[in-house]
Amino acid sequence: MKSKLVPIAALLAAALASPATLAQKKYDPGASDTEIRIGNTNPYSGPASAYGTIGKTITAYFKMVDDQGGINGRKINFISYDDAYSPPKTVEMVRKLVEQDNVLFVFQTLGTPSNTAIHKYMNMKKVPQLHVATGASKWNDPKNFPWTMGWQPNYQTEARIYAKSILQTKPDVKIGVLYQNDDYGKDYLKGLKDGLGDKAAKAIVAEVSYEVSDPTVDSQIVQLQASGANVFFNVGTPKFAAQAIRKAYDIGWKPVQYLNNVSSSIGAVLTPAGLEKSVGIITTAYLKDYSDSQWANDPAVKRWESFMKKYYPTGDLNDSSNMYGYTVARTLEQVLKQCGDNLTRENVMKQAASMKGQYIDTLLPGITITTSDNDYAPIESVQMQRFNGKRWERFGEVMGN
Amino acid sequence: MDAFIHQVLSGLATGGIYASLALALVMIYQVTHLVNFAQGEMAMFSTYAAWSLINAGMGYWPAFLLTVLFAFALGVVIERVVIRPVEDAPVLAIVVIFIALLVILNSATGWIYSYTIKTFPSPFPKEPLFGNTYVSSHELGAIGVTLVVLVLLYVFFRFTPLGLAMRAVAQNPESSRLVGIRVGWMLALGWGLAAAVGAVAGMMIAPIVYLDPNMMGGILLYAFAAALLGGIESPFGAVLGGFVVGVLENVLGAYVIGNDLKLSVALGLIIGVLLVRPSGFFGRVHVTRV
Repeated sequence: MKSKLVPIAALLAAALASPATLAQKKYDPGASDTEIRIGNTNPYSGPASAYGTIGKTITAYFKMVDDQGGINGRKINFISYDDAYSPPKTVEMVRKLVEQDNVLFVFQTLGTPSNTAIHKYMNMKKVPQLHVATGASKWNDPKNFPWTMGWQPNYQTEARIYAKSILQTKPDVKIGVLYQNDDYGKDYLKGLKDGLGDKAAKAIVAEVSYEVSDPTVDSQIVQLQASGANVFFNVGTPKFAAQAIRKAYDIGWKPVQYLNNVSSSIGAVLTPAGLEKSVGIITTAYLKDYSDSQWANDPAVKRWESFMKKYYPTGDLNDSSNMYGYTVARTLEQVLKQCGDNLTRENVMKQAASMKGQYIDTLLPGITITTSDNDYAPIESVQMQRFNGKRWERFGEVMGN
Repeated sequence: MDAFIHQVLSGLATGGIYASLALALVMIYQVTHLVNFAQGEMAMFSTYAAWSLINAGMGYWPAFLLTVLFAFALGVVIERVVIRPVEDAPVLAIVVIFIALLVILNSATGWIYSYTIKTFPSPFPKEPLFGNTYVSSHELGAIGVTLVVLVLLYVFFRFTPLGLAMRAVAQNPESSRLVGIRVGWMLALGWGLAAAVGAVAGMMIAPIVYLDPNMMGGILLYAFAAALLGGIESPFGAVLGGFVVGVLENVLGAYVIGNDLKLSVALGLIIGVLLVRPSGFFGRVHVTRV
């Protein structure tokens, strides 16, 4: 069946490509005069289902785009399947998207292991794997994987920025690290070590891991305190990060705390941990935080809020994943606008790789999206900020790699 | 040395968590001779109900009481609607149903309440007792509540006719029916009580680990280990088992095997106990005449 279709498709493609036929409009499977079909997988069930809200936000966003007339007159058909954060299932669903649903490309497939599982397949098929939802560093590799692109700042870059800041501010540093025992946690740990350079061995006095099945990280925090660390690097997902902040305070351990961006939400992490227990925590950010009072009257955040209320009323406004989903969906909207009537897979990739200082107004001021043929890392800068008991106070320059 | 004492005390606090859920497992086992894999999720679901009530402006203790009643009703309904039709099915079929219940309750809660973690209030003082930095007042209070539940369960099974009837049903349903015990209702009641005990556990655990749909995942495994270690038929054994597992896990994790193998301690305990002494330390050994 497939072998018969391929030559026909090739003929069609050739016919469309020849200048004698339709002048500008160019389509690959999944695109037409009326529709752009986009595929996605998200963990709507299973252990990582907390992130499933990103897929729901994106779905809601494109619903709004369609209600307002679509992009360049085309409706967005966003097909999102549940992969339960299980890589074999991601492969199955993505093959279905590419081979049966005939999507133009996949967008925001979520998870480092899931995206790793489809990485080669997408590049072999030459179907864009656009703006993947993971902070691993390997998605920026246009030479070997020209069809895959990340979006958010990667974990290692972020950790290197903390390392720089630690070295500048504390000469007699003793760092204790709490990290989730998987790729995500280890990426941060590696970034920190790279950033500390030859000082790493001496500076890091304790590396303590936890498993997602651990009920609490209390025991780990007690270990870190016992190590005599005066800097605490907290690489936990929201629940564990909040437990760690609370426990450190409760047992009277007072290190300088660096918190990974994954858990920087005031509403979802610092409030449960206790705002008074979170004073002084340092993190980096690239998105505006709805639960942060400094954005209460920001027009962009207000627009996001009314979008949420109308199109995704069950979504939690305090969950930063919803801001993330909205911002990344708007990045894609910009890419598709730039594509115009040339909706081939090649052009989608080309446009995604030619963003020049694009600003999306839910990003922090000064943080922009820039890509090129050999730079597939859209957001590469973050800003440091410190918690003052009520809100994040940004300080210093916007920092890049 | 200070760190070691701290690890032990912190282990006792987490052990209290395992003990409270282990009690619910013991409860259901006493009545049905089955281990309910959905026990943790039922407790989590009830805790969300309590959270809703408190958020709607209700006081802590009225909400606590209402939730226990709600959980009891939930348990009875689940037994009547879901378990009753497959009463005579093979054990494996029932296990599949338990797992289905687990997944359904977990996803339904996520769907209703979202997956963002929520804080759950504690009825105990905020400041730690005597200004110590080892254990919070809530952790101590939760251990106290677990011990109270333990005593209640012990008295119930030991000294009340209803408790006796329930134990009889678990041991020998046919003979129980012959002496006039309503076996069906005893099972439903057992489910209700187990769910109520679980709800108390959930409300004591949530302030410590935060309320989220996946809060019971890891805890249930440790609670199994605790219940098996102490003897799944013995409430006292299960509570003691909880403390032992909590302390062992912390001390081994911190000083011997490392944190990444902590869960293996629980699994190792489960297998070890099943191999060496299947009835646990305080369970009775059953002998069947052939």
